[in-house]
Amino acid sequence: MQTDLIQEARRQAEICNACRYCEGYCSVFPSLHANRAFSDGDITQLANLCHNCRGCYYACQYTAPHEFDLNLPAALAEVRQDSWEDFAYPSAVARQFQKNGMAIAIAATLCFAALFALAKWIGQSTGTGFYSAMSHNLMVAIFAPAFLFPLASLAISLRRYWAAVGGMRVTFDHVRQALGATANMRNLAGGHGDGCNFEDEDRFTHARRLAHQLVLYGFLLCFASTSTGTVLHYVFDMPAPYGLFSLPKLLGIPGGLMMTFGAIWLFHLKLKADPELGAKAARSGEFGFIALLGFVGFSGLVLYGLGGTTLMPVLLALHLGSVLAFFLLTPYTKMAHGFYRLAALVRDAQRQED
Amino acid sequence: MTNPYDIVVIGGGNAALCAAMTAAEDGAKVLILEAAPKAYRGGNSRHTRNFRCMHSGPLGPLVESYSEEEYFADLMKVTDGKTHEGLARMAIRRSEECLPWMESHGVRFQPSLSGTLSLARTNAFFLGGGKGLVNAYYRTAAKLGIDVEYDAKVTHLDVEDGKVVYLDYTQNELSHRLAPKAVVVASGGFQADTDWLARAWGPAAKNFLIRGTPYNRGVVLADLLDQGVEQVGDPTQCHAVAIDGRAPKFDGGIVTRLDCVPFSIVVNKNAQRFYDEGEDVWPKRYAIWGRLVAAQPDQVGYVIIDAKSLELFMPSVFPPIKADTIEELAQEMGLPADGLRNTVDTFNASCGDTTDFHPTELDGVSTSGLTPPKTNWARPITQAPFYGYSLRTGVTFTYLGLKVDETAQCSMGNQPVRNLWAAGETMAGSILGQGYLAGFGMTIGTVFGRIAGKEAANYAN
Repeated sequence: MQTDLIQEARRQAEICNACRYCEGYCSVFPSLHANRAFSDGDITQLANLCHNCRGCYYACQYTAPHEFDLNLPAALAEVRQDSWEDFAYPSAVARQFQKNGMAIAIAATLCFAALFALAKWIGQSTGTGFYSAMSHNLMVAIFAPAFLFPLASLAISLRRYWAAVGGMRVTFDHVRQALGATANMRNLAGGHGDGCNFEDEDRFTHARRLAHQLVLYGFLLCFASTSTGTVLHYVFDMPAPYGLFSLPKLLGIPGGLMMTFGAIWLFHLKLKADPELGAKAARSGEFGFIALLGFVGFSGLVLYGLGGTTLMPVLLALHLGSVLAFFLLTPYTKMAHGFYRLAALVRDAQRQED
Repeated sequence: MTNPYDIVVIGGGNAALCAAMTAAEDGAKVLILEAAPKAYRGGNSRHTRNFRCMHSGPLGPLVESYSEEEYFADLMKVTDGKTHEGLARMAIRRSEECLPWMESHGVRFQPSLSGTLSLARTNAFFLGGGKGLVNAYYRTAAKLGIDVEYDAKVTHLDVEDGKVVYLDYTQNELSHRLAPKAVVVASGGFQADTDWLARAWGPAAKNFLIRGTPYNRGVVLADLLDQGVEQVGDPTQCHAVAIDGRAPKFDGGIVTRLDCVPFSIVVNKNAQRFYDEGEDVWPKRYAIWGRLVAAQPDQVGYVIIDAKSLELFMPSVFPPIKADTIEELAQEMGLPADGLRNTVDTFNASCGDTTDFHPTELDGVSTSGLTPPKTNWARPITQAPFYGYSLRTGVTFTYLGLKVDETAQCSMGNQPVRNLWAAGETMAGSILGQGYLAGFGMTIGTVFGRIAGKEAANYAN
């Protein structure tokens, strides 16, 4: 962990602790005000609790040109970013992808190429629908490890995080509170319910909160779609393709639309937001990740729309390639933030219990 | 000379914005001339945190009720009776309708901050503090079609025959002249002009720190007083508190306050105590310590506490100076070591039974046979490590200002200046002669800002 980043965040937190004007904005400040001194673990926890809503920055009477030069959203973003790279397993991989959108694009392209190659040379099968381009067993052979490895990696990261922030035994109630805060993205509502500051300086809007939830719920719907497909395949012996009024489609089509539009919206908002209030070095990685996420959703929709045409094998390779890249990179891209954020919210629920 | 505006509001803080929004809502074309650059807009309002508000039942973030009589009594206590009763009561009565008005103009409130629970009934806290309020008002002002010029320093208002004829301002070294139908002055006190402070206070004032904006230099105030516009208030009166001596010269704001005096002994640069540190709870005493420190050599004081008191007060923005012995602490703080040792020993020897010590109540744990005494929270300073802070006088605002009537109108030779109104700190001396009640500045600014805006719009239309 970079001590200079932690030290700068600590300097700022100590000034915030003597002021307290921002107490009502989000979960960070009540947590901050509960301390008199800040250990490295305290700072890491505050950093991961921060949703970068920026309310505190625009309300702050000590931002530059004031000599105190406060920019808490940026200071915490830097620590947060650094902590993700540090806790990742293996962390060298995270250093490649967290800050580098080009690396994400290259990884995705490699995944496309791999899927093309597989489809072309060894994937030919006698199946129908998508499975005529690539057998079901091959898909499982690729995606099961590509799904399980990132989960194992994230589990290691979260254990490291938990040890660093001094987390205690997790109860159902802690998790319930954390999921509640995630479900409505309370920390982007600004305390007053007017939303957060992001795309237009100190104006409060719900744009970022809504765009984020479109992506989040869209992703969960797509995930549910795939899961129901798996259940239909194995339990009910009903292999794809599925009709429009099947569970995989009823979940997957709105999910894909939400993910696609949400990602475009987030991308657009991020272009308008002031980069000085985030981890500047991570911008390229963040844009790359949003683009990948949007492409996963979009290519899935196109595949559904044009699945009956001769373009299908190409579209299938593109879609599955992007999904593969997305899964493999999950512990090393912005996608990891969801897991850390949830852990930080669980830890905060524990703090409030004390 | 061009005349594109009905009303020019001078200043860019709470009172100015309240006046501008009210006037614009009444149909006037309004221009705000703010002397500060955009990053520092809002004057002292950007450092404020709450609004003291009368209410007959729960209102917004405020619990229970706070009557006119109780509010007025609180005011009389802190001002020692030097209060203009008519104007004060009007401000108090009208504060209640201000709170919903503030909300409808974008201000958002939050529950009383941690460490300020004693104010939960009387003071409504702005979410994000005063800069959050200022930002919200500028957003609303823009929607109302109000123009704002930053870095626009008004240099002169020409008053002839009881009327403002034109005003001059400079911006980017260019001079401009405007002849609006009416003018509202809401440009604060003169505390940032330390030469002026020194004329009123003596050279000691050069050592004062200014807690708020460096842009309140009283240029417009001086210009109007020079032309015979009626003045009010004692030039030596200002709201001054004791703050961390390491605070910046300007704009240190809230974080530079120190709440540890009741648990300490305070000495001057000769290591001598000079006042009862435990006279009352800190919120009722911090305002007198500005003057007490100002009266000491070099206008500096030194707070000394020991390890057992370190966590009894709100954290300070700068860490305290720390040492294992009193002598080392004296050395690090530039105090005579023997002198501080003696003062601490004498103090410790006069402390008695401390079993009743209670940090948040007057506990009567006092010294005996000591001059000056410490009448509460007197515990011996014995437990290493020892901690110290330097204290300096921090000026919040000055009371010398423009005299206004209940319509916020300025006057000259017992005649109203027909198109000139004033609001906020620049006329607060019309109500308060001395002392200060937390959150009342924002009450004056909001109530009189709205009145000034209404009156000016009536005149201009």
